[in-house]
Amino acid sequence: MNAHAEALHDDHHGHPPEAHQSSRVDARVLGMFLFIASEAMLFGSFFTAYFFVRVVNPDAPDTWPPEPFEFPVFVAGVNTAILVTSSFTMHWALQSIKRGNRPAFLAGMVLTFLMGLAFLLTQVIEYLNIGFNTGDGAFASVFFGLTGLHGAHVAVGLTLLGMVIIRGSRGHFSPEHHHGVELPGIYWHFVDVMWIVVYSVVYLI
Amino acid sequence: MQSPFRSEAAAFRFLLISIGAFALIVGASWINPWLGFLVFLLLSAGAFWIYLRQRGPSPPPERIERIGAEDERRVLVVANETVGGEELMSAIGEIALAGRTRFEVVCPALNSRLRTWTSDEDPARAAAQDRLDATLSRLSSVGIEARGAIGDVDPLVAVEDTVRSFRPDEIVVSTHPKGRSNWLERGVVDALRERYDLRVTHVVVDLEQVPEPS
Repeated sequence: MNAHAEALHDDHHGHPPEAHQSSRVDARVLGMFLFIASEAMLFGSFFTAYFFVRVVNPDAPDTWPPEPFEFPVFVAGVNTAILVTSSFTMHWALQSIKRGNRPAFLAGMVLTFLMGLAFLLTQVIEYLNIGFNTGDGAFASVFFGLTGLHGAHVAVGLTLLGMVIIRGSRGHFSPEHHHGVELPGIYWHFVDVMWIVVYSVVYLI
Repeated sequence: MQSPFRSEAAAFRFLLISIGAFALIVGASWINPWLGFLVFLLLSAGAFWIYLRQRGPSPPPERIERIGAEDERRVLVVANETVGGEELMSAIGEIALAGRTRFEVVCPALNSRLRTWTSDEDPARAAAQDRLDATLSRLSSVGIEARGAIGDVDPLVAVEDTVRSFRPDEIVVSTHPKGRSNWLERGVVDALRERYDLRVTHVVVDLEQVPEPS
């Protein structure tokens, strides 16, 4: 037997140690997961404020929203349908690039982007016509805070989708390499899930 | 546990489930706000219960493609606190005597869960490195060729990482005796046997056993 023993750390003198990385979880997916976890906590803090104002607060209004204000439930419902549909097209786009169907991938991404943009513009128009502003009480503050926070996330998502469209139109991504589509897709679905919660809690219940 | 955002497909599925769940909550709330709250609680508890117990069908044991010389066996040794134990040294010696063998010793950097999530794992890695160095020196002194590395805090992940690069023919796992072994409690040995189409040898090292005077 050949006497030979060595440890892998022998040549670390003068060099930073190798990054410790598990083969089980891709670092980029783990990064996106941690980011989404932090985002969920951020939304959680806003929901805490919302429920405090609406339920815990001794001066909470009997009706929601307090009279004489009203939420545009129908318009927001249509907007919800648009945003949920955009998740379907996002899923379709990713499945298309996995199968090597580039035209369908680009069509899916553009449709997703346009529906996201339509959602955001509709929300801006809703803000302009809603009939109250942040100075009209705590209910208005939490309304604009929650929906505005979500709108900011949609804007970030649109930026990511835009980058995917530009890269995709330049020939990036393939059935083997589509991480750059997968991660914005995860983020976009998260934004949609958050809107489902916001719409249900703020507008419907 | 699996994250609902581990992939785009999983996130999309989670969105569809969320739509269904909130449709139920909103519908119940319109009947009575407290009924909506009850549905929310029930759905949350149900989701949490499923989340904790979700287990897909066990995949078939993974077949590891062989690399290296035909006449050479590749043995992965997984141990930590028991890495220098007499029983393990004896088992390694027996394997080495059977023919030309290449050993890779992996010491998972054992760390408490609290410390893993709230601080760093540097002390755990340093302690594992000390044990590994001592073991490699000891093996070297009796003429056994071995390499070594510090592994993930989770022994299964540490093995998986090493299997990817080393591609062993056999895995030797060293643990404390039953009742004192955290790895046995967690079913690490059984999990390795289920996961890999390899021979998995379990060596029990009793560090509390007082050596007989010679």
